[in-house]
Amino acid sequence: MSSNTTNERTTGESTSETEGLSDDTIIETDISVGPDSSRTTGRPNTIVSADSLDVYYGDDRALSDVTIEIPEHRVTAMIGPSGCGKSTFLRSINRMNDRIPSAHVDGALSFRGKNVYDEDVDPVALRRKIGQVFQSPNPFPKSIYDNVAYGLRVQGKADDVDLDDAVERALRGAALWDEVKDQLDESGLDLSGGQQQRLCIARAIATDPEVILMDEPTSALDPVAASKIEDLIDELVEKYTVIIVTHNMQQAARISDKTAVFLTGGELVEFDDTARIFENPDDDRVEDYITGKFG
Amino acid sequence: MSTKRESNFLADVDLTREKLVNRLFYGTLVVASVFGLVMLVLLIADVLWEATQALSTFDIDIGNFLTGTSSSRAEQAGFGASILASLWLMALTAVLAFFIAVGCAVYLVEYAPENRTTRLIEANLANLAGVPSIVYGLLVLALIVNDAGLGSVILAGAIALALLIVPIIIVATIESIRAVPSSVRDGSYAMGATKWQTIRRVVLPQAMPGILTGTILALARAIGETAPLIMVGTMLHATRYPSGPLSSFSAMPTQIYNWTYQADRMFNGLAALGIVVLLLFLVAMYALAGYLRNRYETDDGSISNV
Ligand SMILES: Nc1ncnc2c1ncn2[C@@H]1O[C@H](COP(=O)(O)OP(=O)(O)OP(=O)(O)O)[C@@H](O)[C@H]1O
Ligand SMILES: [Mg+2]
Repeated sequence: MSSNTTNERTTGESTSETEGLSDDTIIETDISVGPDSSRTTGRPNTIVSADSLDVYYGDDRALSDVTIEIPEHRVTAMIGPSGCGKSTFLRSINRMNDRIPSAHVDGALSFRGKNVYDEDVDPVALRRKIGQVFQSPNPFPKSIYDNVAYGLRVQGKADDVDLDDAVERALRGAALWDEVKDQLDESGLDLSGGQQQRLCIARAIATDPEVILMDEPTSALDPVAASKIEDLIDELVEKYTVIIVTHNMQQAARISDKTAVFLTGGELVEFDDTARIFENPDDDRVEDYITGKFG
Repeated sequence: MSTKRESNFLADVDLTREKLVNRLFYGTLVVASVFGLVMLVLLIADVLWEATQALSTFDIDIGNFLTGTSSSRAEQAGFGASILASLWLMALTAVLAFFIAVGCAVYLVEYAPENRTTRLIEANLANLAGVPSIVYGLLVLALIVNDAGLGSVILAGAIALALLIVPIIIVATIESIRAVPSSVRDGSYAMGATKWQTIRRVVLPQAMPGILTGTILALARAIGETAPLIMVGTMLHATRYPSGPLSSFSAMPTQIYNWTYQADRMFNGLAALGIVVLLLFLVAMYALAGYLRNRYETDDGSISNV
């Protein structure tokens, strides 16, 4: 992933589909378990996994030796004190870390079994499978409609689908349609913070990604807006896999199936079913962190 | 401001000295601003005075002045051919300078490797913007007018003016592009957009008001430039309407300049009127730039709040 090759690759618009990430390989594994039942019965597939993953910024190690298997169609929460590398982990899944010149990665991070840091993986193609919602809402200074249509347009799918229909579906999926259906031409920036964040979720799901990464998506919102997003996440997981970073223990306990606890130094100290992490963690430091003794 | 009760609490805080310094500094700033303002008012008053004097002294037909061509006989001389030449110059300069400058700025901000050379180039853009305009005129005279054999035509003048303002537009464009918040870029990249898609669909549209404002202000500087056009070579009297980029010409500032050193006093009067016309063009351009800035300012504000 020298920056040269990355640049060269990212300039083509339609050539971004690579072998390892072509649609065929991905859908095969997708059908095995029905999304709804899979949440309560059966063992889900692993969709994202890390194997001895280290991430450095220059010489500073932000993640050290992280090994994890994140299940499909589940909500996985990442918790831990500030600076422990949660955002770094999230960004290394969709290779947004490539945008930080000093960042580099050791070890493997796989999406559906394919190491996303392999030479033949184009980060642009990868990001078309893995959507992201950021900490503060960042809608484009465009109309609500254009915000939602953005992904379909840049991914060259706008001509293949009924765009109006796709925009409506995405906005409904983000529980925003009823509030904005009469003002689709207005700027996305005129919405409230909570609405903007749901607009960003609509933008992310409009292109039907497989995984949605969320980095503290409710930390800039009031409790009512936050609980709307939480309800939404509960629905999203029927179609998508959600990986969410949060500083809010209650939130992690409420919405996630699995919880990963990172501690200072970029170590993943525990990863298990959320219920067990919160009731009976193995590691004392995790217990201390969850009960608020430090962090 | 402070009530009695408060002053009890704050009795130990002595601000007399600070307040004095504040007042002194404030006074200096007011004097400096008033000085600039007074000079501007004097300048405008002088120009208008000369122009009204000219109108009352000589028998000048405003209609003929605005539409006619210049002539060696002052009674028949008009400014129209020069106005048209300036419009041609501005159009060509705008097109040449805009695309070169925006391309260069996008390259420097988005594509150029972050190293010494890039930083050196960026730092020297400001120096380039300070090069005396006559130097660009000389360059174009040597390379374009003579060597390339283009002759003293509007296009040659436009190239000189474009060279002059390209660095100014680059600097404005770089600033506007840098002002686009990285969160918005991240949003685009995370949607699976390529670099070019992100630049074209998100960065440039958001930077465009700033780029346009910078371009118009740079053009406002170019429209009054005289020295490079004299270097390139213009007609003494714009006796013909320019028919296109390859016509010989005398633009507004050069025509004014030529009129001012004619022996016939009426020509001096015409020059005064010409200056008023040139100023009106300037005011119109500044107004347009100000309009663009205000119109998009609110948007920018709400972006930076997010
Ligand atoms: N762009 C960067 N350049 C250099 N170092 C960075 C960069 N981003 C993060 N780091 C460092 O990497 C470490 C992990 O940062 P990261 O943002 O992943 O933490 P986090 O767990 O998300 O924290 P928070 O809860 O505060 O968001 C920190 O020590 C941070 O200083
Ligand atoms: Mg973070």
